[in-house]
Amino acid sequence: MGSHGIYDKVAIVGMGCTQFAELWEKGLDDLIVDASTEAFTSAGIGKDDVDAYWFGTAQSGMSGITLARPLQLANKPVTRVENYCTTGSEALRGAVYAVASGAYDVAMAVGAEKVKDSGYQGLNAMNPPGDGTARTLTAAAMFSMVAPAYAQKYGVDEETMAEVLASIAVKNHANGAKNPRAQFRREITKEAALSSPRLAGSLGVFDCAGVADGAAAAIVVRAEDARNYTDKPLYIKALSFAAGSGSGLIDPGYDYTHFPECEAAAADAYAQAGITDPRRQLAMAEVHDCFTPTELVLMEDLGFAPRGTAWKEVLAGTFALDGDLPVNPDGGLKSFGHPVGASGLRMFFECWLQMRREAPAERQIATVDRGLAMTHNLGGYPGEMVSFVSVVGSELG
Amino acid sequence: MRGIISAAGYVPYRRLARSDIAAFMGGGGGKGTRAVASHDEDTTTLGVEAARLALRSGGGRLPDTILFATAQPAYLDKTNATAMAAALRLPADTGAYDFGGALRSGMGALATALRGNDSTLVVAADMRDGLPTSGDEAAGGDAGAAVLVGDGPEVLAELVGAAAATDEFTDRWRAPGERTSKLWEERFGENRYVALGQDALGRAMKAADIESGDIGRLAITGMHSRAVSGLAKKLKLADGVVVDDLTSSVGQSGTAHPLLVLASVLESLAVEGAPDGTVCVALHLADGADALVLRTTDALARWQPARPVSEQVGNGGTITYAKFLAWRGQLQPEPPRRPEPARVSSTAAHRNEEWKFGFVGSRDKSSGAIHMPPSRVSMQGGAVDEMEPAAMADAVGTVVTSTIDRLAYSPSPPIVFAVVDFDGGGRFPVELTDTDAEEIRAGSRVEMTFRRLFSADGIHDYFWKARPVRAGG
Repeated sequence: MGSHGIYDKVAIVGMGCTQFAELWEKGLDDLIVDASTEAFTSAGIGKDDVDAYWFGTAQSGMSGITLARPLQLANKPVTRVENYCTTGSEALRGAVYAVASGAYDVAMAVGAEKVKDSGYQGLNAMNPPGDGTARTLTAAAMFSMVAPAYAQKYGVDEETMAEVLASIAVKNHANGAKNPRAQFRREITKEAALSSPRLAGSLGVFDCAGVADGAAAAIVVRAEDARNYTDKPLYIKALSFAAGSGSGLIDPGYDYTHFPECEAAAADAYAQAGITDPRRQLAMAEVHDCFTPTELVLMEDLGFAPRGTAWKEVLAGTFALDGDLPVNPDGGLKSFGHPVGASGLRMFFECWLQMRREAPAERQIATVDRGLAMTHNLGGYPGEMVSFVSVVGSELG
Repeated sequence: MRGIISAAGYVPYRRLARSDIAAFMGGGGGKGTRAVASHDEDTTTLGVEAARLALRSGGGRLPDTILFATAQPAYLDKTNATAMAAALRLPADTGAYDFGGALRSGMGALATALRGNDSTLVVAADMRDGLPTSGDEAAGGDAGAAVLVGDGPEVLAELVGAAAATDEFTDRWRAPGERTSKLWEERFGENRYVALGQDALGRAMKAADIESGDIGRLAITGMHSRAVSGLAKKLKLADGVVVDDLTSSVGQSGTAHPLLVLASVLESLAVEGAPDGTVCVALHLADGADALVLRTTDALARWQPARPVSEQVGNGGTITYAKFLAWRGQLQPEPPRRPEPARVSSTAAHRNEEWKFGFVGSRDKSSGAIHMPPSRVSMQGGAVDEMEPAAMADAVGTVVTSTIDRLAYSPSPPIVFAVVDFDGGGRFPVELTDTDAEEIRAGSRVEMTFRRLFSADGIHDYFWKARPVRAGG
């Protein structure tokens, strides 16, 4: 028994990603066709060259037919997956493992979500019939409990904590402003972040990810075949996943200042990838910044800063585009919004651009020579969470 | 010896100042306050809260039967007392029956129980409505009350006489489905009720073999306030005998009211250390008159009311008239733009009855870890099916962290939410109620309360919330 990983066995050889936005004129099928077509073109292949498909959507459709019909796939194996907000990452995981197993030569992961057809703001889960005792709190409210818990534990005063969270929002919006695929392309000021209307606890509008439609796709093959498709493949160094037991919600030992599921997923991924000092070995990280306190805590869960110090690093600009370790150089969920099925693959798309040095000059990270990039994707709430971590690299070995 | 073993009232937390009605509407209202049930309360939950208090101070006695009376039932056809029995965790062999509809039914249920044989928990609750500026709106009140009736040495007040006077006349009426009553010209009812009250009281005293001078406390209740005050004057009893009928603070709470005032009388006698053998009379005017003559026993001195009505009355929080109107459906503010919850699954609710209605989690026998909701597999050690029930409804806890959700669906946003660690173990993240958001912080002490979260497709979703621990409230 053990988590052995599939280091350097599989590579991403083509990707596509739509603009993330309130795409009133595009349906789910359009999003799927747009992202998939871009990925096919990127890999230089057609839909029939793909042997198997994994399709991630949280609640925009059911079954593989949701992908097979718009792409008119003829009796291909299409698997529909859902895993909370890590759904897009889960789709890639399935495709990668299928290739690594030798079952297929070419596999494709597509993630898509049409959120803005609901008529409601925010994400709204469709829950199965129940006894009426489940919480109905929003994710914003659940995550809002992290900020005061963190501040209290590490002695950060209220004003400083507000500034830390605002800094995260300012950074991600600054990055998103440089990204044509982002939903929000305006920089914001710290003052604007601090004075925005409160939605949940101390979290204001600018502390929360936006809500957008979008889709992204990736084509994967065996690493040894990768150069048949592209000169600059992205090799899978590690994939990890942790589903919490939900006990954090009812365990008096849990203090809302860390996410054990994310720590576990990161530890597994670093072991698979042979990473011992992520802060210095990684060129960049795309992390799940659904709310600003989430990104703060993740900097510690993912090993970028010792416990209780991430707030200082945030203020010091460590995770800025030109910082020691750029985090969310594409603008993150903050700028992109969160079409649940697509977000995980959108993170890979930024790695794809950055590590191939294809990001626009104003966004290209200076740390690219480190050769390794991480994506982190989570779903659920503090105390009851799923977490995905990947490491990809531009070179074999 | 048959009589009352325990009694309690439940006065919901919010108070509407009657002067706010005139300030808002330009008319109506009056002096004093009325109690207002929270948006998440109905007559079933009001009754449950009163019954919990009555059982808590009832020396561990469980009733053979629970009777529930209300003029504002949460369900028709379906018995409301069954939800109460579930919330109180009464055994399945407990009879549970509703006395529905009429304002006389609370007193009627109590009189019936006192004349019966088995141990009976009589619960009554009402939420009284009137159209804006009406007398009923201002005079009405929301409350629950519960009286545990039985035999034995624990009886605090023995029934020594009773009488009913029944008369068919139309003074106050309400068509099924309507929220507000209509009234005949007031003098007619006053005339009838004063005569009926005298008649019933006279015959009850005769049955008890007492004179009017023997009466230590007289609680006169009824929706017809002029009849109540007129009768009190006419009886010419000594000062202090006719008790405060709580209408200036709680308001007139319909079927619950005679039980609420009676509970309050017994509580004050216990607190005052009144001598054994004090005669208390409950006289209720509704479609006739009912009189119950009770004599206190030496058990009263040992009785410890869980939360006296007077303390609850003194510990209310305010509510604006606008919010009162919104809670009663008389004003309809813009609802939150979030999907409304789906109806509760009847099968899932039944399967999880102990959890949903009784707030019973599970405790891992080896590690002691408490699981809410109950779990078959332990979060500590992983033992399977090695759990015992963990009754958490009466546990008191401390807020670890809290937040305010201005986005989530609620019948009355915003939601105040907290992670609560219970004394003696167990953590539960839970919605708070009967609180203003600013009041809650880490360290706040909270207790559990049975509430109606929402209704969908006519099915009410009952579950538990937490509320601040307050002296008396």
